Amino acid sequence: MKIVGTSVPKIDGLAIATGAPVYTDDLALQHALVIKILRSPHAFAKITAIDTSKAEGLSGVACVLTYQDVPKVRFTLAGQSHPEPSPFDRLILEQIVRYVGDEVAIVAAVDEATAVKALRLIKVEYDVLEPVLDFVTAEGHASVIHPEADLRCNFDIGLHQDKNIAASHKVEVGDVERELAQCDVVAEEIFFTQAQAHAMMETYRSFSYLDHTGRLVVVSSTQIPFHVRRQLALALQLPASKIRVIKPRIGGGFGGKQTGAVEIFAAIVTLKTGKPAKIVYDRKETFISTSSRHAARVKVRLGADRQGNILAIDIQALTDTGAYGEHAPTVLGCIGEYTLPLYNKTKAVRFMGKAVYTNKMSAGAFRGYGATQGTFALESTVNILAEQLNMDPTEIRLKNIIRAGETHLTGHGEALGSSTLDKCIAKGKQLIGWDDKYPRTVVGTNKVRAVGMALTMQGSGIAGIDTASAEIRLNDDGNYTLLLGSTDMGTGSDTILAQMAAEVLEAAIGDIIVTTADTDIVPYDPGSYASSTTYVTGTAVINAAKVLRQAILQQGAEFLHHAVEDVEFDGKSVTTLDGAKTISLPKIAELSVLGNGKLQLVGTATFGGEVSPPPYIAGFAEVEVDTLTGKVELIDYVAAVDCGTVINPNLARIQAEGGIVQGIGMAMFEDVKYDPAGRMQSDSFMQYKIPCRKDVGRIRVEFATSYEPTGPFGAKSIGEVVANTPAPAILHAVYNAVGVRVQNLPLTPEKVFLGLQNL
Amino acid sequence: MQVEFILNGQRIELAVEKNEFLAEALRKAGMLGVRQGCNTSSCGLCTVWIDGKPTLSCSFLALRAAGKSITTIEGVQTEAKEFAAFLTAQGAEQCGFCSPGFIMTVLAMKRELTTYSEEAIIHYLAGNLCRCTGYMGQLRAVKAYLGVTE
Repeated sequence: MKIVGTSVPKIDGLAIATGAPVYTDDLALQHALVIKILRSPHAFAKITAIDTSKAEGLSGVACVLTYQDVPKVRFTLAGQSHPEPSPFDRLILEQIVRYVGDEVAIVAAVDEATAVKALRLIKVEYDVLEPVLDFVTAEGHASVIHPEADLRCNFDIGLHQDKNIAASHKVEVGDVERELAQCDVVAEEIFFTQAQAHAMMETYRSFSYLDHTGRLVVVSSTQIPFHVRRQLALALQLPASKIRVIKPRIGGGFGGKQTGAVEIFAAIVTLKTGKPAKIVYDRKETFISTSSRHAARVKVRLGADRQGNILAIDIQALTDTGAYGEHAPTVLGCIGEYTLPLYNKTKAVRFMGKAVYTNKMSAGAFRGYGATQGTFALESTVNILAEQLNMDPTEIRLKNIIRAGETHLTGHGEALGSSTLDKCIAKGKQLIGWDDKYPRTVVGTNKVRAVGMALTMQGSGIAGIDTASAEIRLNDDGNYTLLLGSTDMGTGSDTILAQMAAEVLEAAIGDIIVTTADTDIVPYDPGSYASSTTYVTGTAVINAAKVLRQAILQQGAEFLHHAVEDVEFDGKSVTTLDGAKTISLPKIAELSVLGNGKLQLVGTATFGGEVSPPPYIAGFAEVEVDTLTGKVELIDYVAAVDCGTVINPNLARIQAEGGIVQGIGMAMFEDVKYDPAGRMQSDSFMQYKIPCRKDVGRIRVEFATSYEPTGPFGAKSIGEVVANTPAPAILHAVYNAVGVRVQNLPLTPEKVFLGLQNL
Repeated sequence: MQVEFILNGQRIELAVEKNEFLAEALRKAGMLGVRQGCNTSSCGLCTVWIDGKPTLSCSFLALRAAGKSITTIEGVQTEAKEFAAFLTAQGAEQCGFCSPGFIMTVLAMKRELTTYSEEAIIHYLAGNLCRCTGYMGQLRAVKAYLGVTE
């Protein structure tokens, strides 16, 4: 391979780094109306009266919309393939408001100051209801958060409106209770993971206008252009053919932009007024009125024999989906889906759980998508089990992990295509210095250093659902245009997909124009989420490029008056096997589009994975704990990664390092907090701390490549799996240092200190 | 109100509101490389130079720019591209949204510090948040750019 496997710099890198105006707000029309939202001050209330007359009378105000002005059709903002698993439980605006920050009115005005002024002129009266703020007591609470009769699901997701249950899930193979009863050792623990904010640097934003044919054009910082189009069509009761969604460069997503946060507001204003309109959330709105990771309570029971064979796994989860059910059933399911297959010497496994509604901001998709919560609980319990068995935590894992060619109980007999997880463990152990450092070293009168570890897996796209198409065209002057619906959000997917096409066509990266994420122009792609782009879109790209390559051969052969079997293509020209006759690619291109060829060459392909091959990581943390204060310093973090073939080592490494730091944030700093009335307190970077460069110590990433037989050039995913190991590994290290086992994230010095005092 | 200052070497006059911050005023003036990630002086995205000193333009009133010399990334494109080449060689721009503010801080650091150590670099850049990269790649890029080998 010439280009795949090399660290090609991102094709957009230089421009975006040096300030090119290529993001949504940079592109917004200068005289677009500015939209502001009036938000609920109450966690749960019914609007009894709303008077917008004064606001509407204010000079410069273009429109004020309330629940009386929106279509009465429920939808979900979850960016998922049709039929969406998430419940259709939203209206654009509704008479019932379900959390502090829920939308009450939409105001559009000529400028921001006028819009803000208009917000203050709207008079709203509320019948305040008793909110449900603790997700543990949400089920069966006297307050029913979604009493509406028109809430609907595309299929049974175990939703019970009257009990505040948004989704429920159960999978069991074998008899878990019976197996656990027969095990020599059972480790059992309950863990809590907090809500986490995505905190992408570019907040949510969108602008829209009507084009020359009266169609609605929406430019948005989104991961899911095609899903946004479908959402808008339903919510606004508009044919999808009347909507075009364009994603320009976007400043980070991490799953947050897999939920349509703001497009609908700009779109409805443009439809009502006929004018261009834009909405840009500030940081506070991004914190309080979009989505976060699902907070969860996860109970794990692990049964093993004396030799350390894990024979039974039981995971029970309760997640907090907040006011709306975006991604509730699927994040819940993934808690089990991405944990149970790790250890396959089991006789029985079970995952069951519920996602409940509460009167807090809706949860949604966030890098890791349930695997993060499940991994924290499972891996922490494996560490407990190892201790109970007096085994080294790395040894118990090597004994129990699934290996390539093996099956696992919930895997429907499908053999695992690739894994170097055993090598990852060995590599990570060596890099962190496990044999010297485990479990702890006293390094001063009140300082202890220790190491900890965890494993994780994810998927690569959603098997049987994620389906992406790719189109690649030979242009008139011999270069190519690659058309894709996937959404590079900084990850570099546009670049690595171009690398794949270049590899097949033996072209240079510079010969490929990459046009992505415009629903009018590119073929369908669900968007970039579920760790799908490298694997699903990548395979589509390879197949499309192969089709085009064959077409070039065919066309070249015809121009040379030879049979296709008698010619070859080296990326530059088609030549007869005997070398006697040759025609250059630009000549083929030219003759095809305007000469006697009369057939512009295009390769298209559609791919959807039958399987979702898991990438793996072995994560190792070294911490230093101050036994007087409980302060934890992360010294070193090592991640050994199996993502199959590494398509672009630099970009994969950055994905890994960045995901690990988000995991470190979740482990040690980040916490979405509410006051007793349900108002979010952590609504700025002052109150919500994401790691800065002084907080993260040293991070080292090593690849233990495998070859995934179903993957593009043997690749698997990398985007999400990287977020999962820091929390369990760091907490394990802290336990090894000072014997304090924190079970509720984040691990703050206060919790460690209280643990040290046995409080 | 009118405010007059030097923007990237050229004298300009801008109409600003009395409560308007410099970041917004600069974007209105077409300096779209100025990005905002917060409005609490926490993230460093809006970093510009005021009389050569890196400053958070999201919390600097536009009126206070009167008579000063303001430099945005648009004004140091050659140097910015020079460093950005090191950044992209690591893949450490990722989404790129924080990069202009980061680059303005790196270039200011290059001028301000007399010796560069890893510790000094991390300390100087601590106010520039990045949610994508995990900082390691940025550090590799800065060290390569400044020739720090420790």
